[in-house]
Amino acid sequence: MTAQDPGTQFSAADGPAPDDVLRVEHVSKRFGAVTALRDINLHLRRGEVLALLGDNGAGKSTLMKIICGFQPPDTGRILVNGQDVALKSVEHARSLGIDIVYQDLALVPGLSVYHNMFLNREKVRGPLLNNREMRRIAREHLDEMGVNIPSVTVNVAQLSGGQRQAIAVARAVFENAKILLLDEPLAAMGVKEGAMILELVQDLKRRGDVSVIIIAHNYGQVFEICDRVNLVQQGEITFDKPSSETSVEELTDLVVKEYRQALEERQRSA
Amino acid sequence: MSDTVKSGGKFLGRPGGDGGGGNGNGNGGGQLVARGLGVFARQREATVLVVTVALLLYFGLTHASTFITQTNAVDLLSEIMAPIAIIAIGEVLLLICGEMDLSVGFIYTLAPIVTLFAINDYHVPALLAVILGLLTGVVAGWVNGFITVTLGVPSFITTIGTGFILGGIALTVTHAEPSPSPPIAVGVGKWLGVPGNPWQWAPFVWAVVLVAIFHVVLTRTRWGLYTISAGGNLLGAREAGINVGRIKYGNFMITGFMGALVGLQTAFYTNTVDPLAGGYTPMFYAVIAAVIGGTAMLGGSGTIVGAFLGAIVLASLTDGFDIIGVSANPLGIIFGGAILVAMIANVQLARLRGAGRAI
Repeated sequence: MTAQDPGTQFSAADGPAPDDVLRVEHVSKRFGAVTALRDINLHLRRGEVLALLGDNGAGKSTLMKIICGFQPPDTGRILVNGQDVALKSVEHARSLGIDIVYQDLALVPGLSVYHNMFLNREKVRGPLLNNREMRRIAREHLDEMGVNIPSVTVNVAQLSGGQRQAIAVARAVFENAKILLLDEPLAAMGVKEGAMILELVQDLKRRGDVSVIIIAHNYGQVFEICDRVNLVQQGEITFDKPSSETSVEELTDLVVKEYRQALEERQRSA
Repeated sequence: MSDTVKSGGKFLGRPGGDGGGGNGNGNGGGQLVARGLGVFARQREATVLVVTVALLLYFGLTHASTFITQTNAVDLLSEIMAPIAIIAIGEVLLLICGEMDLSVGFIYTLAPIVTLFAINDYHVPALLAVILGLLTGVVAGWVNGFITVTLGVPSFITTIGTGFILGGIALTVTHAEPSPSPPIAVGVGKWLGVPGNPWQWAPFVWAVVLVAIFHVVLTRTRWGLYTISAGGNLLGAREAGINVGRIKYGNFMITGFMGALVGLQTAFYTNTVDPLAGGYTPMFYAVIAAVIGGTAMLGGSGTIVGAFLGAIVLASLTDGFDIIGVSANPLGIIFGGAILVAMIANVQLARLRGAGRAI
């Protein structure tokens, strides 16, 4: 375990917090000689939207893969609703209500929206699909979530990136996700599209039963809808503040400082 | 036929249209003709249906006395079209889930040989021997699945390898000699198709029934959805917990079954078990029928009804040029040209359709 900077390192392991739906405690992960995560502590409250910011390669993705059950940590533990869970697989994590939405990865382009919503959970009547029932439920659910698409019978291939993302999010919620990880939800998206996704997250926040971690590279876009911001730098969480107590400017300063340090290190070694 | 095409439910979605109630709207009476045409144009089978009707009309009108006869109908539909259509069912499923079977024509070769040997050398009852022949296809399909899915060899290579092996077995065990079909099996064989009324229609009936069944499988069952998912987004399908390997195994086995069925049908129809029958030609025809019919070579989408129509197109060309009296030498030029024209029309019209419904 590496030494922590007591000034900035938040320690979720200290003190009880009964409303935490997710706690990551002292998690480390190495890939060969590379340390991807160094004694990470993170917590997520019920109904909260947490932004996980950081540069490429800072360890955000590794952390997300551990939380969604894709790979196990070397050390440390994960608690869901206070229970220590050793996540065995993505399916296991999903059964505990943890789901991750990757942009463009989740949906099958050649299938309709409603078939995608029900993928591997189809309604059937005997050997045949009960398409009418699935269409009805999918339409209701999307309406309820305020997802705006022309029709649930359209193939996903014909939808825009934002619409696909919205459907992937809606599907995860529909499948009872309580802890939703959104991986770069606004990447490669226009302003209008991005606004649609942000609105969707805000709606989720209003519902209160879904907690969201947004992994973002470009924090300016997501800052407004987040309750709290964590910054990951070189495998450690170096910053943890409610968004009301920080600003885009402060975050920029932190990131710029990191860049400046990296630059100085390069120049020194040259 | 157009009824079958229009009932392809999920393709009837109307983007920007009626807010989700689009399915089935093309089927009601009293719809505007224009709207019907619009729905029709959105069907992926539309192009090939037009080509099919045009070809049949052309040959029918210009050579009515020879083209519109029972003999020719049997030639076209039972002898030429049915084998292509039946094998194409398997190839469509495989292409959709991102695989291909180049060995199916050699399964076609081997299946009747297994049946023949079972009867002649092991005195197996005829029906059981036919079932053993069909099982040969299923087992060969399983082996293709095992090498492709479990051992991770691309199916293009897997099935070239297994194709050589199956063809080699067929030649070795028969010493490359054809033999007549075993007479005691004719009682069973007529159900698969033998010359003379009404049994000469059996291959065509098999093709229609199997196409109808597998059209429903593809568009109305989980198996179909998972097949499309496996080819359309392999990672996404796995993420959703779909056992993609099982789907691919199954589709290889279905294709093997279809190859064996066609091999047995041909053996009974021609009353010959020929170790040189089959080979690559039936497979290529089936794949071309699938692709002309609107199945994507790269996986993720396709239609069995389209492949059926594609098989009619290929059969009409083969049969029609024969009637017109085009000699065998230049036939390849015309045939290849026709395939390319059909495909170019397909690709370009799909592009227009795509542009029309982009959001």
